[in-house]
Amino acid sequence: MTATIQFVPQVAVALPDWRLLFLLIHILGVGCFAYIAFRRIAPLVRAERDVRFDRPWERARNLVKFWLAQWKQPRYPGAGTLHILIFAGFILLATRAFIVLTADPYDFTSPESAKRVAYLYGIVTDYAATVVFLCMLIAVLRRLVFKPVRYNVPERFGKAHTADATFLLALIAILMTADSLFAAAKAAGHVQQGVQAETLAVLSLPWMLQFALASSSLSTLASVYLGAYLLHELTFYFLLCYRPFGIQFHVETSLFSVFFGKLDRGTLKPVRWGVSDENLHQVKSLGVKTFEDFTWKHMLDFYSCADCGRCSDNCPANAAGRPLSPRFITIKARDYAFRHYPVFGRSKSGNSGNGKPLLGTIYSDDEIWSCTTCGACEEECPLLIEYIDKIVDLRRGMVDDGRVPQSLQKPLKALESRGNPYGKIEKKKADWAKAKDFEPTCKVKILDGKNGADTLYFVDSITSFDGRMQSIARATARILDQAATDFGILGATEKDSGHEVRRFGEETLFMALRDHNVEAIKASGVKRIVTADPHAYNALKHDYKDVPPVKHISQVIAREVKDGKLKFKPAENGSVYTYHDPCYLGRHNQIYEEPRDVIDAIPGVKRVEMKRSRDRSFCCGGGGLMLFYEPKEEERIGVKRVRMAAEAGANVIVTACPFCMVNIEDAIKVAGLEGKMTAIDLAELVDQQMVREVPMELETAIHGG
Amino acid sequence: MSRIFAYIIHKAGVADDSAVELITAAKAIDTSASPTAIVAGSGPELDAVCESLRSSYAETWKISNQALAYPNAELIRKALVKVLPPQAIVLVAHEHFGIDLAPGLSVKTNAAYVSDVLAIEGVEGAQLKVVRQEFGGQVSAHVRCDISAGAVITVRPGAFKPLASAPTNGIVVDKSGQIGELSAGRRYVETIVAEAGDVDITKHNVLVSIGRGIQEKDNVHLAQELAEALGVAVSCSRPVVDAKWLEKSRQVGSSGKTVKPKVYLAFGISGSFQHLAGLKGNPFIVAVNKNPKAPIFQVADVGIVDDILEFIPEFTNKVTEMRRAA
Amino acid sequence: MEILVCARRVPDTSENEIQLTSAGNDIERDDLVYSINEPDNYAVEEALQITARVGGTVTVVTVGTEEDEEILRREMAMGATHGVLISDDVFAGSDGKGIATILSAFVRKGRYDLILTGVQAEDGGAQVGGMLAAILDYPFASLVNSIEVIDRKKLKISREIAGGNKEINEIDLPCVLSIQTGINEPRYVGMRGIRQVASIPIPTPSAAELGIDPATVGEIAAKVKRVDYFVPALGKGAEMLEGSREENIEKLFELVVAKGGVK
Repeated sequence: MTATIQFVPQVAVALPDWRLLFLLIHILGVGCFAYIAFRRIAPLVRAERDVRFDRPWERARNLVKFWLAQWKQPRYPGAGTLHILIFAGFILLATRAFIVLTADPYDFTSPESAKRVAYLYGIVTDYAATVVFLCMLIAVLRRLVFKPVRYNVPERFGKAHTADATFLLALIAILMTADSLFAAAKAAGHVQQGVQAETLAVLSLPWMLQFALASSSLSTLASVYLGAYLLHELTFYFLLCYRPFGIQFHVETSLFSVFFGKLDRGTLKPVRWGVSDENLHQVKSLGVKTFEDFTWKHMLDFYSCADCGRCSDNCPANAAGRPLSPRFITIKARDYAFRHYPVFGRSKSGNSGNGKPLLGTIYSDDEIWSCTTCGACEEECPLLIEYIDKIVDLRRGMVDDGRVPQSLQKPLKALESRGNPYGKIEKKKADWAKAKDFEPTCKVKILDGKNGADTLYFVDSITSFDGRMQSIARATARILDQAATDFGILGATEKDSGHEVRRFGEETLFMALRDHNVEAIKASGVKRIVTADPHAYNALKHDYKDVPPVKHISQVIAREVKDGKLKFKPAENGSVYTYHDPCYLGRHNQIYEEPRDVIDAIPGVKRVEMKRSRDRSFCCGGGGLMLFYEPKEEERIGVKRVRMAAEAGANVIVTACPFCMVNIEDAIKVAGLEGKMTAIDLAELVDQQMVREVPMELETAIHGG
Repeated sequence: MSRIFAYIIHKAGVADDSAVELITAAKAIDTSASPTAIVAGSGPELDAVCESLRSSYAETWKISNQALAYPNAELIRKALVKVLPPQAIVLVAHEHFGIDLAPGLSVKTNAAYVSDVLAIEGVEGAQLKVVRQEFGGQVSAHVRCDISAGAVITVRPGAFKPLASAPTNGIVVDKSGQIGELSAGRRYVETIVAEAGDVDITKHNVLVSIGRGIQEKDNVHLAQELAEALGVAVSCSRPVVDAKWLEKSRQVGSSGKTVKPKVYLAFGISGSFQHLAGLKGNPFIVAVNKNPKAPIFQVADVGIVDDILEFIPEFTNKVTEMRRAA
Repeated sequence: MEILVCARRVPDTSENEIQLTSAGNDIERDDLVYSINEPDNYAVEEALQITARVGGTVTVVTVGTEEDEEILRREMAMGATHGVLISDDVFAGSDGKGIATILSAFVRKGRYDLILTGVQAEDGGAQVGGMLAAILDYPFASLVNSIEVIDRKKLKISREIAGGNKEINEIDLPCVLSIQTGINEPRYVGMRGIRQVASIPIPTPSAAELGIDPATVGEIAAKVKRVDYFVPALGKGAEMLEGSREENIEKLFELVVAKGGVK
């Protein structure tokens, strides 16, 4: 069958009539996509519930910021720019694609006098298509020639993804070409016919194609027009249906992954949404052991990974050579989903509900224990894919099954019986305050019912018991004293905050510690809490409910400095200082400036920034229970960080977390930088430099009048 | 006073060092005692052991049987039950074989049992007074044991120093005929020798030995650097092997290797007896430990209270410096 | 395979500082934290792994009082099928033989193919396993660090002997084995697991129910009794070097050279 293409009433060209074919392709394309989408959604419907429909305005704001405005993309300027252009192009071209799809490829008549908007839209999208096309070329070049390290697939994770990625990029380029050809052929045809032609944007791809087609015959142009339509339709629908099979699924799912993204930093999802702590014992199995134990949002995350590798590129565990690579946590789970819930064929899990265990199959125990929960991956991911909750859920599953590394069992047992991971006796928790040189200079109240205070200084385990870290406690106490704070400590009734216990998946032990502490805090009657430990800070702020508001000591000091109440002696040693942002103070709680303001307030202190600072800070190696875990790694995470400090030209690293202090001081030794680099806690630095007004009585007591 | 027997552990025709220590222990029970050695085994190796015991023991009972070619405690117990007189007091070293043999033997001979004895304070009526340790050596305890019906006592190797005394010209009594057929529900199959590993710590004159005080795997290199500077090897105590910081072949102790160096540098080692049991030949022991109360300071010749993580590298520098100068 | 593990609740040596009372004859017990004797825990884990391979049940038994129940619950949370507390006033003051006698009476009431104990407890006695085997006339092996089930009648086991070597034996069932630490990697047991078994009833047979003659157990029958605890007066011990680190290193180097340590 043939159809006649009308150019002007006088000329007709005979071409095969493929209208039915086109219709079929439309129906098939849409139908296939619908079916594929339906199959892809299937596991999500049976997944664990997740609470993601709350606070819609915040979510809408995130959508605008992270999805529409591509807020995170510029963190990698090269790829970021490319992607912003491509994304912008896609958004702009969406309508145009629709127009092309629904156009009649047999209608070569001249367009109606284009409305101004349509005309402008045409120009803009001409350029958009061109830019996207060029971006595709650059992207392919990057993949094949420049090969950014973060795209590499380590051997243990399988084959490289280059072929697939290049294929998809090529297809988009073809789509742009088809679209441009379609416009170009029509415009060229109109020009030949001498009728009003659409003005194509100068130097755009369509424009250049029109130029190339300028001397073709009308029948050729008609064929090209038809062919371009077919090519466009095929490519469009192929892409539409192929995307859900790989990394480009994020084109569809990104809107949802961003909208449903996590709103609150530093928090952890409950073991099961909708199950209160009291009812947790009724839950048969805790944590994620099989794929079906993930929530639907987490499954959506697996679909949404664009394989950009930014997460793993910033992961400290990955950099140190530990088995963990966040990107592959997602990719492996995605592949699992594709295998077990395929589009074609039966779901392998069936309706039995008993999925296969993930640990020991796609994930190794060490891989999951390696995570320090620093949050660098989540900070980078442009799709707002979450990692910490998943890792914690997997750990919860392992703990539930008793699969805990031997090195962690001892501190967990000690936490259970003694309330601290070191197994130290509770009675000695306040011994740091009794140090001979310290006690006369600063009285530390124990809030044991007889004494009360306005503020609680929550010391937590490491600062209380570790010989080195106790000096942070003393410095903090002196600072609080100097700031005329009415404070006290809980002493023996203070148990470990349980922050790491929770993040290592031992929810029950965490709840026991938390409930004990909450009771002790309430009994003390304090109105405020201060701590020098960012992990305790995060726990008291996010994991604990119904406790007074908590501040980190750096915030207290910054306030004192700002109000002019704290003065500093000048630092005279000519050292160069750099501030290392602890993960739980910086990234998770966004307290970046106060510590810096404090350091800068000390006269004579020269401060430099490391290349990776603030929300890009490189984790020291992890705190809490991570200090007991013995990871298999090539280089210590802390050693890498210390080298970064040296590179920045610093010889003193200031940090505001006792765990950072342990890791950094250790790393200085391992890196062989002893004598060339030192570390000091912010509280210690302030304590050292602050001008201290000692009350007359104490002055007399110390110096004898 | 009941007759005192000393069960002699032997290997490859040579009696264990504990053989003469048991005489000291026996004399601590009864100063006038002349303990009888009991040895079980088979063939010329057994004969050689018996021969060697004649200079220390007035009387040695030999139990020879094909089935006892390998010391299977189950079989040996059955043999002993047949030859021991009632109310006998049997002494045996507290080690792999002794632990295997003694408790069951005490039940079958209806005797009292007390293990891992460090010191014997004497007998009062029917009560033997001994000293033991508990809680991993953190405390000692005085223990009373009713020996009226006999006793099986395991003795900590090295706790009873051999007494200097004139050699005896003892006799060997063959008791093999009394034991009859021997069979047991446990049968020896073979011994799997521990992998040699890349280093044989038994061959070195000096050992740089590390314990739990090294704190983590990443610090082990400090000891290795010192060992290199001295041209010797690194050894360790059990916790280091359990934590997988060094291979088993490096372990010194009752469940590890026995070493006889001239100088033993113990860094961050607390000095548990299981570890010290692997140190023979009276080496010059230097102990460096953060804890001034560490038990090792009791047995070391020289002690330094210091942080090994700082001490070792500085000592390494000294050694390197001095060797370069030499 | 029906496996019985004999366990004991002891002060946790790693989490306690053992100190003497002011009277100097006992240890301070107020602040002590207790847990299952570590080798016994390895024994339970081993039993669980064996039954996971060949089927059967694991029973954990202890001789003691109400306080000792907690270790049974912990091992049940770990996966043991049954927990039994053998308790009776007449047991107080039992020595090792007494405990073994009590356990043997319990064993005779049941049908167990394999009995495991930890190699020793905090008092370093290392006796109950061997004694129990002798009373029951079962074959015995101590310091076991590997178990392989050959068939329903025998096991292939490895004993830890000097030099890190392993003594391989074949042993007939039923038998008693004392288990050395390091035989496996015990699984973790958390608070949640323990809470889940908190209300499972634990049978508490008495001496009469087990047919135990009180004259054979308890303080009456004990031939071995601890008189007191003490910390020995420190002997001469090492010559401590008291100088600065530099001086000590200097001195140490000289000594090592003198003793033939440096060529």
